[in-house]
Amino acid sequence: MADRADNRDAVLLAPIERTGAGFYWAVGGLALLILWGAAAYSTQFTSGLGVTGLHQPVSWGFYVTNFVFFIGISHAGTLISAILRLSKAEWRRPVTRMAEVITVMVLFIGASQILIDLGRPDRLLNILRYGRYQSPLLWDATSISAYLTASIVYLYIPMIPDIAILRDRLDRRKLLYSVLAMGWRGTARQQTVLNRAIAIMAVLVIPIAVSVHSVVSFVFSMTLQPMWHSTIFGPYFVVGAIFSGIAALIVAMIIFRAAYGLHAYLKPIHFRYLGQLLLVMAALWFYFTFAEYLTGYYGSEPEEMKVFWSKFTGRFWPFFWAMVLTNFLIPVLCLVRLGRRTIGKVLIASLSVIVGMWLERFIIVVPTLSNPRLPFGEGLYWPTWVEWGETAGSFALFALFYLLFTKLFPVISIWEIREGREVGLKEVEERLLTYLPDPAELGPAESSAAEVT
Amino acid sequence: MARWGMVIDLDRCTGCQGCVIACKAENNVPAVGAKEAVRGRIISWMQVLTEVEDHDQSGEKMRFVPRPCLQCDDPPCTKVCPVYATYRNPEGIVAQIYARCIGCRFCMAACPYNAKYFNWYRYQKEGPGQNPDVSVRPKGVVEKCTFCHHRLQRARDRALAERRELAPGDYVPACAEVCPARAITFGDLNDPGSEVSRLAHSPRAFRLQEELGTKPKVIYLAEGEGRG
Repeated sequence: MADRADNRDAVLLAPIERTGAGFYWAVGGLALLILWGAAAYSTQFTSGLGVTGLHQPVSWGFYVTNFVFFIGISHAGTLISAILRLSKAEWRRPVTRMAEVITVMVLFIGASQILIDLGRPDRLLNILRYGRYQSPLLWDATSISAYLTASIVYLYIPMIPDIAILRDRLDRRKLLYSVLAMGWRGTARQQTVLNRAIAIMAVLVIPIAVSVHSVVSFVFSMTLQPMWHSTIFGPYFVVGAIFSGIAALIVAMIIFRAAYGLHAYLKPIHFRYLGQLLLVMAALWFYFTFAEYLTGYYGSEPEEMKVFWSKFTGRFWPFFWAMVLTNFLIPVLCLVRLGRRTIGKVLIASLSVIVGMWLERFIIVVPTLSNPRLPFGEGLYWPTWVEWGETAGSFALFALFYLLFTKLFPVISIWEIREGREVGLKEVEERLLTYLPDPAELGPAESSAAEVT
Repeated sequence: MARWGMVIDLDRCTGCQGCVIACKAENNVPAVGAKEAVRGRIISWMQVLTEVEDHDQSGEKMRFVPRPCLQCDDPPCTKVCPVYATYRNPEGIVAQIYARCIGCRFCMAACPYNAKYFNWYRYQKEGPGQNPDVSVRPKGVVEKCTFCHHRLQRARDRALAERRELAPGDYVPACAEVCPARAITFGDLNDPGSEVSRLAHSPRAFRLQEELGTKPKVIYLAEGEGRG
């Protein structure tokens, strides 16, 4: 199957075979940001968390916000790709790999936010030695490590035929590709086993992904704190996670489309479908936000209202209303009509959602802590250069991981594109026919109808 | 078994902050310095909160509420700790193991009374003038009021050496001992004859954020006739 002569998809292998100046510029730029982040963390590691803007009572800030945000982005991948595969959406073929890579790379970044947030990172292993399963943090650790494992497997399995192509075509990194290809020759039996494995992983990964962001939300909702102690936090966080995940996926697709010239593979139609998915999620996100805040407002519990008003009209109003603007108004305006200039509109909507979902996480974490129940006075939180540096470094590290991946493996699944051409077309036609009424069954009914008249 | 508790009479409290200073000296609570204080990082296991009530007829009234850790019987902070670094011991005291705490600050986020404090820097080293019975906290861990638990251990040791039972006045935390207005009463809530359990049943008795169901063992006596 790995036909050496098949050069139709050569453009997908080009970034692995050749490296241009753009790559070095990108790596250089990202390295600067990562350096900033490294300087920030080493300062914090030696001096303590005092170098951040955290204090009493706002003891959680950027790091926890970033944790929730990055783990949310990870839902891009696996969940969307799994759903598209299971629903047999044929347009998924150039999209799934990119989505799965986001998941794996961003999970490393997300999980490390907790390490960065710890006052005693040297005691991290206490979580294993003295782990207490009644604590939602342990649920997080379990769920996220399960998700990371499943996502890596789910990314790797569909990559095997592509790695075999690389093994056969490329003269570099022979050992790496030979080991990872696991002796793939593309026999019919291997193909059957592969498809089964992909299907099993796709089913498995969905409940794990849902559990991940549910337990992330439980960190907040299991406490008694106003505007955290909410029963809808689990699904609310999952919806937000998928929402931000789709946005991140779209941005990644547009960047690599331009950088690697993938216009033939990532067509406006793909962005239109993803844009529509994003629009649906924007509506769903708004519904959850509306339900959450209206319930709080009607109950009018004094402690809840203190936090509520600090978001609506108090010190956090710019963040709250910016969130409404970027998470709902801008995406809806951009996405309702996608007929023309699809990619531009989808890009604006996605960038806006990424900003908005970060703000949403921030507006959940900080205002509640800023408004203690007892008369302490409002807590003022302003991050220092350390938090900014760490945040910038985290984003850059994620981008660098992603970029390096694309230099080692094809960012669009080559074999799945081929399969679409060779098998998919016929399969879809046959499948479509099974949806329609059978001509054999229709025949007698028509004739009997004719008899009556 | 004893169930240690505290009653604070708000009628008697003058807001003098004597308990705050006594606590800091007794428990090696670090002075964080002016710069850190401005950034909101004061560590004060006992803190006197001031509440201003606005009444239509009688004008503004100031209320002082000394707040140690309330030693909840159902503590929200211990529920969320991932490593058993904070727990409620059999006598009801909520303890913190400084050598185990990983500094995730989940307990701080969960405590509705903000009674837990964090060592943002290494605020002090071991040195002369400190209480040798209380360990100096390293950077990056959470610390809290322990009802001067070391005093209980010491009182128990002394009683053992003298071959007698622990007597009611043997164990008193520093804040209760020092209060010049005698607003703070300390003792065993399980002993029906003790002063503290008599006061805890006073009609003036209330608990902070009682509706949360945390069952604090620090009980306040509301201002009565003496107020005004």
